[in-house]
Amino acid sequence: MSENQVPEEIQESAATEAAKLGIGTDEWVAQHEERIARKKGIKGLPQLINESIPAWARWGVLLLISFAFGAFVDNQYLLRIGVNLGLFVMLSYGLNIVMGYAGLLDLGYVAFYGIGAYGYALMSSEQIGHHWSTWLTVLIIIIGTALLGYIVSLPSRRLFGDYLAIVTLFFGQVFVQLVLASDNITFPWAEDYVDITAGANGIPGIDPFSFFGHKFLNIRDYYWLLLVLVALLTIAISRVNRTRIGRAWRTIREDALAAESMGVMVNRLKTMAFVTGAAIAGLAGAIFAAMQTAVFVSGFDMPLMTMIYAAVILGGSGSLAGAVMGAIVMSVLPEVLRVTNYSEILFLAVLVLTLAAVGKSVKRFTINIVGIALIGFLVKILLGAASIKTTPTKEWVVGPVSRALSHWMYVPLDRVLWGNCAFVILIVLIAYFTTTTPRIKSILLPVIGYLGIFLWEVRLVTDVNTTRQLLIGAMLVVLMITRPQGFLGKARVEVL
Amino acid sequence: MSEKKPLLEISNIDTYYGAIHILQQVNLRVDEGELVCLLGGNACGKSTTLKTVLGMVKPKVGKIMFAGQDVTHQNTPARVKLGMAVVPENRRLFAPMTVLENLKIGAYVRGEAAEEDLERVYDLFPKLKERSSQLAGTLSGGEQQMVAVGRALMSHPRLILMDEPSMGLAPKLVEQSFEMIANLHSQGVSMLIVEQNANMALSVADRGYVLQTGRIVLEGEAKELAGHEELRRAYLGR
Repeated sequence: MSENQVPEEIQESAATEAAKLGIGTDEWVAQHEERIARKKGIKGLPQLINESIPAWARWGVLLLISFAFGAFVDNQYLLRIGVNLGLFVMLSYGLNIVMGYAGLLDLGYVAFYGIGAYGYALMSSEQIGHHWSTWLTVLIIIIGTALLGYIVSLPSRRLFGDYLAIVTLFFGQVFVQLVLASDNITFPWAEDYVDITAGANGIPGIDPFSFFGHKFLNIRDYYWLLLVLVALLTIAISRVNRTRIGRAWRTIREDALAAESMGVMVNRLKTMAFVTGAAIAGLAGAIFAAMQTAVFVSGFDMPLMTMIYAAVILGGSGSLAGAVMGAIVMSVLPEVLRVTNYSEILFLAVLVLTLAAVGKSVKRFTINIVGIALIGFLVKILLGAASIKTTPTKEWVVGPVSRALSHWMYVPLDRVLWGNCAFVILIVLIAYFTTTTPRIKSILLPVIGYLGIFLWEVRLVTDVNTTRQLLIGAMLVVLMITRPQGFLGKARVEVL
Repeated sequence: MSEKKPLLEISNIDTYYGAIHILQQVNLRVDEGELVCLLGGNACGKSTTLKTVLGMVKPKVGKIMFAGQDVTHQNTPARVKLGMAVVPENRRLFAPMTVLENLKIGAYVRGEAAEEDLERVYDLFPKLKERSSQLAGTLSGGEQQMVAVGRALMSHPRLILMDEPSMGLAPKLVEQSFEMIANLHSQGVSMLIVEQNANMALSVADRGYVLQTGRIVLEGEAKELAGHEELRRAYLGR
């Protein structure tokens, strides 16, 4: 050691040199404050607001609003939206346990909802001829779906990620096919075929819930029931999440092998997550069947599954408040968007938010907005000067927003043709946009923005069903870019 | 040295990954209160030995005794319950969970984490107390090492298994890491350390084993091994 001792003065000067260069400081630690500060921009706003309000206040306000809604709203349509929201929150909660906490990609989850609904339908309608008490039926459904969740978890718990997704996906499809095919079963000992599920025709005439002699004839009854259930579930799940079970679920999601080496019984906990999620979905299904008084198997297929997943991911998987938020967006928004005027406002809001997210600075954002406005006026003036015929304003204006836009937007006579053209050009431009240089990008952005609005006003705004899907899809894309972890999810950090 | 009691004893272990024979007739012993290091180069079966001890890999032949019980056919959680704890390679913290949650998971097999266990870890690593609500993934490498060791201590282990405590750490932190190991050892904690850094490991260990392509080729007192000519040539450089 002593023969290669460095003289002290050289060591010292090397040390100051190193300090200047930042050698010897841990960059990761040095940037700690900065990383926390990063949360403070527009993108971190939802989380910041969420964290600055204490949990009891957040949930209290939500409960108060829900209570007021149930007590004062008389509109049947609105109440039905409320009930749907309640069911959606239950489903999101269940999936949040399976996918958000335990990290199990269960694509057959919605089948448990369907099994709950069909289970209730079979035990409370003329289909088989049973009209059992609500208590008994609901109990059977909860236990039955939990048991089924257990059975599905047995082969599934040895599987990870994609493989689990495939197996559960099959489970979901098996349920659908089984229900479709079970209207015509011939047993070797019976002469005539047996109709169990009525296949694609669905089961009508299901009894409503009836507790203590009180029949749930009003939709409001279901609303109250769901409010109580969701409140209880919120308390229960957030409690469990803070115990060792909840922690263990999350360790499985992060690193199952490390979890096991800490003594976590990975398989047992996976099963527990499956069973809990399945039971919650089953109960929600029973409520749905009783409320709807009819069930159709098409309602428990992939479209609903994607909506539930979108709700959980949108809200931030692993967060209960996020699940509620995602459920609100995914169940209420499609209803709001049925009204063209609202969908128009939302479209413009999404566009502005996208520009804000892409532009990053206020200056860029302003340039983009002004650019779009200028293009609009330019097109209108140029084509107006050429006196090309336009569609009369009253034929396409749907509300105050488009009325305001009508002074700016040029709408050609053949709206279908030009709308389609704009659509094709828009896609080409967006594809080009993603690969080009920043300079061309900044020129392209206002053009894309204008074409987007053009397409919307000319073609899409009157086609409610298409626009609903498009808008929700666009919102998801924008959110995934700006907040990949969802509204209230925690940003992922990797161990280096 | 007659009061020595074997805490962990693995005898004639043969482990396979598929058709590949990894461990061949490995014998290893850790006594109560002893610090044993397992040395060896890349891909010689060090980590596999540790995984076999922990039960993540099942041996084809052989027997593993721990705390007076035959644990050969028990799964990992059962062995952890008996008193094994691991500080995994690269620490493997649960990154998006807080330091506190990471520590509490260490006590999983004992039920809810007790306050005094946490205090004990905080006494050992005061820095972790400051950072208890911080996400584990945002810690520096040295701090993560503290959490990993603290997490292992939370289960009141009788034996701590450490997989490459020097890996991925700056030289200064490696030194700190081994100081910490020596400190724990002086408090009577039994440890089995798997390490490539033979110099460091032998400086703190009581005894050592050297593994080469799945066989134990050398074993003995740490001081003896440190002076062993062949070992010096193979691992210690010079």
